[in-house]
Amino acid sequence: MKLKIAISAFALSFLFFSLSAQVRPVKKHRSTGSSIVRGKIVYTNICLSCHMANGAGVPHLNPPLINTDYVLRNKTNLIKIVLNGFNEDVEINGQTYSNTMTPHKDLKDRQIADVLTYVRKSFGNKASSVTAAEVKKVRAAK
Amino acid sequence: MKSKKLLILLLPVVAVIGLILFNACKSADNSNTADAGNAGLTIPAGFSATAIAENLGGTRHLVVTPQGDIYVHLEGARNGKGILVLHEEGGKAIVKSSFANYGGTGIAIKNGYLYASSNSDIYRYKLNDKNQVIDPAKPETIVSGLTNKRMHNSKSIILDNDGNIYVNIGAYSNICSDYDKDKKGCPVLNDAGGIWQFKADKLNQKQSDGIRYATGLRNVVGLDWNQQDNQLFVMQHGRDALHDLYPSLYTTKQSADLPAECMFALKKGDNAGWPYLYYDWMQHKKILGPEYGGDGKKEADSKYLEPAAAYPGHFAPDGLLFYTGNQFPEKYKNGAFIAFHGSWNRAPEPQEGYCVVFQPFKNGKPDGKWEIFADGFAGAQKDPGNAAHRPCGLAQGPDGSLYVTDDQKGTIYKISYKK
Repeated sequence: MKLKIAISAFALSFLFFSLSAQVRPVKKHRSTGSSIVRGKIVYTNICLSCHMANGAGVPHLNPPLINTDYVLRNKTNLIKIVLNGFNEDVEINGQTYSNTMTPHKDLKDRQIADVLTYVRKSFGNKASSVTAAEVKKVRAAK
Repeated sequence: MKSKKLLILLLPVVAVIGLILFNACKSADNSNTADAGNAGLTIPAGFSATAIAENLGGTRHLVVTPQGDIYVHLEGARNGKGILVLHEEGGKAIVKSSFANYGGTGIAIKNGYLYASSNSDIYRYKLNDKNQVIDPAKPETIVSGLTNKRMHNSKSIILDNDGNIYVNIGAYSNICSDYDKDKKGCPVLNDAGGIWQFKADKLNQKQSDGIRYATGLRNVVGLDWNQQDNQLFVMQHGRDALHDLYPSLYTTKQSADLPAECMFALKKGDNAGWPYLYYDWMQHKKILGPEYGGDGKKEADSKYLEPAAAYPGHFAPDGLLFYTGNQFPEKYKNGAFIAFHGSWNRAPEPQEGYCVVFQPFKNGKPDGKWEIFADGFAGAQKDPGNAAHRPCGLAQGPDGSLYVTDDQKGTIYKISYKK
């Protein structure tokens, strides 16, 4: 309960801050709270404007993150997409998506793990978590 | 006695009801071809709109012949056919035939030929004296092998009066950052990010046979030839993600409003400055891009082309048409209609666009503020996934009516003016 209040207070203050501030402060990655909660913050800051708040993406341009093998199946491939970006033909449910995704190597292992955990457990997705150790391994193998 | 009094009292009420009924019948008579709701669109008084065809697929650009035939290009071929031929009669357009084994955007008619583009080639088909394609199975190839690297790969085409065809080759990148890491000059501009000019009647040209007519244009979908100026006008889709990439320089609100979607009047050799700059429609300035040392305020080198007009960020202009008809009121003559497909890159701010705008012109130059001409395409939800319709292509019919395509569901709207 306390946690919920804390989260909503944080979200509210974030909302007001981003509305009023001309220049937004660089947000530090929160180390408290669950992976999924921290992941949502990463998602909101980095992924949302292309993949949309509901993960549905944009027709023809940005692929959806809902109920697709790209998100649900192989964690290694999914981590690689975040690290290296994506510039390949992708077809999901008969639709193709043409925009290029830029690499996000600059994110920390923990941030990538959190955001992928959030994506794999949101928008109706029900898949396992991604850990920072898994991200570290994929990054090192490259 | 009492009932007489009551009658006198009620008389004005009855009269008003009668008047309302009479007027309702009258206006129904006036708009016998338009359905009462103007096909869900909001348009200026005196205009009417009808959906003359529906559920055609991803209808992109279109042309209407003097005989009332409509050629419309589908984004992806349906049943192996990418161009539909419709004939309009009595307020409805019926699909008569289809051809072309490729999807695409561009379509144009000039000097007895129908020109059409896939995402990498330009073809043409000879027309008979009724503007019908003589041999739909045997197009001539004008250009093949245009740059097609998925992103911004749709090819829009237009012809001038001197035997040339112009095609947009969009940049396969948002802002070139993955290709120009050392900031030595964006290599994408070598084979994309501009308008190329080819001979309209020379077969089997390659991209290298053409002229890079104008450069520094990120992606153009709407373009038209201005007959008054004898000049090419294009609409650029501005860059995305100012906030995502530079959160300390741009708020989410600024990133939604910026940069402007620009209209450019092009001459051979022009450089509109992508990826080095963007246009800020609120400051009325060309601003140095943050990737190249900009801070949101520093102005860009003045050598780059000034836009002819500017519109709010991410509206996505997909159609441009100079109105040369006589049906619409005088103020529309030689002005520009712009079909704004509607935004996706304004989140978390609300999405915008999804409308047709009118830009007044005077003596071949934008003159005065733009205004929304037709709105309501999106319906209840203005976002790319859930919008009911998204405007894309524009054409003028033989009677001066305006045609608008929707590539979300495949509606063709006809907007007419009745005096």
